Amino acid sequence: METKRIVFVGVGGQGNLLASRLLGEACLSAGIPAVVSEIHGMAQRGGIVESAVVMGYATSPIVSKGEADILIGFEPSETLRALNKCNKDTVVITNIRPLPPFTVAIGQGVYPDIDKSLDLIRDNVRSLIALDGDELAEKAGNPLSLNMVMLGALVGSKVIPLDEDILKETISKTTKQTFLESNLKAFDFGVAASRVG
Amino acid sequence: MHKLLIDSPDKEMLLLGNEAIARGAIEAGIAVATCYPGTPSSEIPDNFFTMFKEGGFYFEYSTNEKVALEVAAGAAISGVRSICTMKHVGMNVASDTLMTLAYLGVNAGMVIINADDPLMFSSQNEQDNRYYARLSGLPMIEPKNAQEMKDMTVDAFDLSEQLKLPVVLRTTTRLNHLRGMVKFGQIRQIKSKGFFKKDPFHYVAIPAVSRNLHKMLVEKYDQALELSENSEYNQIIGNGKWGIVTNGVSLSYVQDAVNDLGIGDKVTILRLGFSYPMPENMIVKFLTRVEKVLVVEELEPVMENDIRSIAQSKEIVIPIKGKEKDLFSRLFEFDPGMVRRTIASYFGVPDTSPEVVDVTGIPDLPGRPPNLCAGCPHRAMYYAIKQVYGPDAVHPSDIGCYTLGVLPPLSMADIVICMGASVGTSCGISKATDQKVVSFIGDSTFFHAGIPALINAVHNNHKFTLVILDNGTTAMTGNQPHPGVDTTPMGVDTTQLSIESMVRGCGVEHVQVVNPLQVKKSIEAAKVSKDFDGISVIISKELCPLYARAIKKAKKARPFYVNQDKCKQHLDCINLLACPAMYIDDGKTMINEVFCIGCTVCAQVCPENAILPLKKLA
Repeated sequence: METKRIVFVGVGGQGNLLASRLLGEACLSAGIPAVVSEIHGMAQRGGIVESAVVMGYATSPIVSKGEADILIGFEPSETLRALNKCNKDTVVITNIRPLPPFTVAIGQGVYPDIDKSLDLIRDNVRSLIALDGDELAEKAGNPLSLNMVMLGALVGSKVIPLDEDILKETISKTTKQTFLESNLKAFDFGVAASRVG
Repeated sequence: MHKLLIDSPDKEMLLLGNEAIARGAIEAGIAVATCYPGTPSSEIPDNFFTMFKEGGFYFEYSTNEKVALEVAAGAAISGVRSICTMKHVGMNVASDTLMTLAYLGVNAGMVIINADDPLMFSSQNEQDNRYYARLSGLPMIEPKNAQEMKDMTVDAFDLSEQLKLPVVLRTTTRLNHLRGMVKFGQIRQIKSKGFFKKDPFHYVAIPAVSRNLHKMLVEKYDQALELSENSEYNQIIGNGKWGIVTNGVSLSYVQDAVNDLGIGDKVTILRLGFSYPMPENMIVKFLTRVEKVLVVEELEPVMENDIRSIAQSKEIVIPIKGKEKDLFSRLFEFDPGMVRRTIASYFGVPDTSPEVVDVTGIPDLPGRPPNLCAGCPHRAMYYAIKQVYGPDAVHPSDIGCYTLGVLPPLSMADIVICMGASVGTSCGISKATDQKVVSFIGDSTFFHAGIPALINAVHNNHKFTLVILDNGTTAMTGNQPHPGVDTTPMGVDTTQLSIESMVRGCGVEHVQVVNPLQVKKSIEAAKVSKDFDGISVIISKELCPLYARAIKKAKKARPFYVNQDKCKQHLDCINLLACPAMYIDDGKTMINEVFCIGCTVCAQVCPENAILPLKKLA
């Protein structure tokens, strides 16, 4: 298959490492070669967490500037920060719920205007899918299921050759029973939101 | 059953690079595994820790890398297979042992996993440990992906037994933390008991013995060279006139670039996986087939210099380039786009890279540096020390979560070098200046490298205060136990040591133990230490809240809120504590009740008593 380079960005605790891992697992189930890259350690103490999934026959585990086919942002200002991963053909999927960093509280920075940010992204890439992922996660009954919403949005956007069932199977295999129902619901909400968008 | 212990050859699994190494060790039938944890290597021993009982081998988190290497060496010399894992800077700590262990050699397979960290995702430097192979004379192998991380670990044990030498398997962060498909192999039966055969004229490294041993090591080089020449991990790929030499993860970047640029028929790639000794004959064969060479290697020009030297000795005169302005830098890690562009420009073909979107319209974004967690006890101790000592005291600090205290508004780290250096540098700074010195070291770091320096401080009458930030775990690397931890809840049989007794045992007479979350008492302790003319130690003792939650010892506490009627916007809570649970919304100071764990420190700091507990539990 054609190589697809997918970049996930978020903030420590939002669960984007799990999302990229599940996508990698789903590729394995579907027989698609894939390599996932993560960074652990110091970056996780409330800092920016980036991960990537490269599907297809490319072997490099990471994605260079301008080379993402899909950028998935779990937090809008982080989506904006990672925009240099994109080119004019990139599809961007972003959560629009802000999680301002502490530097804003102590006056070391200004949080960007969300609407302007979305316009700026929309003007520069192939398409933008923007959704309130946290709202959907809460609606699904588990605020921590944002990563499932975002995975759902990725699959719903149809930009990767993986269907909903394979992802749901992967989620079912790896999720604790207590969270399974809400996680699958969150995933479905993501799929639906992305189709509308 | 632990997923890495499943004995079904040909099973395929998506594994983290570090899990692949751990699986390789299982397949090789290790009897002993040791480590000191350190990013990016930590998940290897963490997997050993969760499966050693079931897997039937011995595992320990050792006090530091030197000890870890010695434990593994003792086992391998006694005839059982051992593995020892560490991050690149850990090798510096272990290097004293490493250099002479290479002379002694081993009787059963011994593999040292060394994880380099180009770009310093979680390290204080990005030294290139390929030099350690050259310094010690030990063979080095470098995998390219998850499958090879598993396979090479297995093969490294056989190689080690052939040469009777420890083998160093070198990774970089990208490999440790990628996930890729791994096909399992057979699990070899563990030989768990050995026998130490006395042979002092081989194992006692006194000058007369070492002169022989060094000769033997030099002779083993030739044997290792032969194995390198014939290794399946060293490969000439293609038959074009443009030569590219590469190693490790860079091979993926090179192969993708060659495909993207459509120059497969023009290129010959020399991939060096068994990278020390360098396969000289293979390199000569490669050099005679190509017109010019580009060496694609992260960090130092190690292969480049060796290849140039080989070319010179064979009088081969072709351009061999790598680290040069307009080509590759000695700094940081590579990426596929950078490698593609450099290959395109060096060989004069059009670059096919897509254009990055125009990002000039993006406003300046607020920084998001990593921060001490909400409720972190380190923050509370930093506050107490700052209140008493003011901004002018000097704060040598050390390696751990608490290093994050460097950032404003805490600004509580003035010099950080390496594990344990807080104590040693405190001795020098307090001797050389009239400034007050209050240094910080974590509990695991204290055991690792702080103790000899503290003894030095006592013996030589240095005058400063050392704060041991004892959060009961090795927090930064993922909550591994250390000698001060009671491991009974983890089902492991170790002996817990008291830091206070250790400190007193080092000869420190002025020791205070405080709970940093009790702000007044902590300030009092800081005052007492300030008035003391000599070496004093404050043990700041409170569990890491993340760890407490993990071991189900977190106290039930109510999250706090700011009573807006009482709040007079002093902002002490925001400006002096910088807790990530606090924020300002529409000019009002607020607490995020999801993040707040109810540590109460902000409530103790507030001059208006405006911060109060909510009715519900956190």
